[in-house]
Amino acid sequence: MPRYATHVLEPLDRGGALAARLRHVIQLEGVNKHYPRSNRPSVEDVNVFIDKGEFVFFIGPTGAGKSTIIKLLLREEVPDKGTITVGDMDVTKLRRWKVPAYRRSIGCVFQDFRLLPNRTAAENVAFALEVIGKPRSVARRVVPEVLELVGLGGKEHRYPHELSGGEQQRVAVARAFVNRPLLLLADEPTGNLDPDTSIEIMRLLDRISRTGTTIVMVTHDSNIVNQMRRRVIEIENGQIVRDQARGVYG
Amino acid sequence: MRAKYVMSEVFLGLWRNISMTVAMIITMAVSLTMLGAGLLLYNQVDVIERYYQTNLEVVIYLDREITEEVTDQIHSDLRSNQYVAEVEFESKEKAWERFQETFSESEELIASVNSEVLPAAFRIKLKDIDNAPLLIEEYAGRDGVYQATNQREILDDVFNILGGAQKLTLIVALVQGVAALMLVANTIQVAAYSRRREVAIMKLVGAPNWFVQAPFVMEAVFAGIIGAIFAFGTLIAAKVFVIDGQFSNLFSLMPPVEWNSVILLLPILAGIAAVISAVTAWITLRFNIKV
Ligand SMILES: Nc1ncnc2c1ncn2[C@@H]1O[C@H](COP(=O)(O)OP(=O)(O)OP(=O)(O)O)[C@@H](O)[C@H]1O
Ligand SMILES: [Mg+2]
Repeated sequence: MPRYATHVLEPLDRGGALAARLRHVIQLEGVNKHYPRSNRPSVEDVNVFIDKGEFVFFIGPTGAGKSTIIKLLLREEVPDKGTITVGDMDVTKLRRWKVPAYRRSIGCVFQDFRLLPNRTAAENVAFALEVIGKPRSVARRVVPEVLELVGLGGKEHRYPHELSGGEQQRVAVARAFVNRPLLLLADEPTGNLDPDTSIEIMRLLDRISRTGTTIVMVTHDSNIVNQMRRRVIEIENGQIVRDQARGVYG
Repeated sequence: MRAKYVMSEVFLGLWRNISMTVAMIITMAVSLTMLGAGLLLYNQVDVIERYYQTNLEVVIYLDREITEEVTDQIHSDLRSNQYVAEVEFESKEKAWERFQETFSESEELIASVNSEVLPAAFRIKLKDIDNAPLLIEEYAGRDGVYQATNQREILDDVFNILGGAQKLTLIVALVQGVAALMLVANTIQVAAYSRRREVAIMKLVGAPNWFVQAPFVMEAVFAGIIGAIFAFGTLIAAKVFVIDGQFSNLFSLMPPVEWNSVILLLPILAGIAAVISAVTAWITLRFNIKV
């Protein structure tokens, strides 16, 4: 069966490289970012490799460059130097018109929830599906499922102002997760929540992480970092000063 | 379903900013009316030219004391002239008849004119009316000729007036058009601001760029098309009430403005308005919504 053999053997070499790439969901290599109106680089020579399914905390003082890294990963900003690879896409070389397709493989959660005030929880989640062209039948099936998953069963038809902060953040997580992204980015998702609510959100993110979703989370919350004992990358002045598996806030 | 979303966003956007929408539509309508009028005039000049091409003639008026020999001499010379296609002699009596006919409605004028005053004339059709100046030059100074005139020159005056009117309408159309486009740009900016949350989320979750931009562009296109419809209505009204109505006497001297060319304005104006509005909206978005 020569055809079968070549079929298996031929892509082996490329398959090796591909496997390495697939293992690293995120690769940042020599990444620099200097905002034009800033007097110093916000991110400087950052090298990070993050595996599939990893849960990584980015910590560091204010102005360290954590949010800038999130923006670089979202392709809201482009680095001045270095390469960023997410999944099998070279984000630095991504053409403008391909950016939306790229973002569909990423979920994102922020400190300020970013929900649409005139839409219910279910509609907010459905909106994310609707605008990327998913048929309504898909939304009808998937939205209640994901809201159940984040613990909002029974509150689908509440408007954001009828939900607590923690519940609003759950809606945001549901919206970020509804497309089953490869990668979930969270920039201080518990920044506006009290400690108990924060723990609940962390449990939710932990559950999502267990589905194989890679999670990158920026936080200032030492309790969370110390309790979770996951990989910790500490940034100062745009540079990595610590990269520790099962780390603490320090 | 996505189309439904876009449409509801379009109408919501136009409604939320209703005063701006109205201003946009009005300026758009004025601009397009002027543009439409300008196009009609342009077309009319063409129509008139074609209409008169076959009817224009050179008229050579003869001295009142002219002898019959000289008249016959001129007549035969004209007949053998290379430019001339047809010559018709109009005697004093015939000239008087024609005069009475032309001004049959103003008896006072007829009464005030002595029938002897009108000269006899040769009415000449040329093979090519553009050669009229050459013929006139040849005959103007000749014995027995009182005056040689070219109707083409009278028509040129008409063309000058039409051309001037056309320039005026186009200038107004341009100025109003610029104002309309600035309003479009402003409306889009306001709309982009009031929809900034939706836009931010759409970009975050990876909605395609065209989809993010569609409601804004459609808003501008919609306003443009409504403006074009108003402009069309105004032009129809102008034809019915002004050209065919109140001033129909004035316009009877030239061929009528045809319904066909008026009707044709609707798709032309709507198309121009839609395309220019869309482009303006799209350019405005490029500055207001960063990818
Ligand atoms: N658009 C911008 N233009 C210029 N400078 C910027 C811009 N955005 C961020 N910066 C600068 O880059 C640096 C890093 O900012 P960044 O938002 O990444 O910090 P951070 O680590 O997220 O801080 P925080 O913990 O307070 O959120 C800061 O010094 C900030 O002033
Ligand atoms: Mg930040």
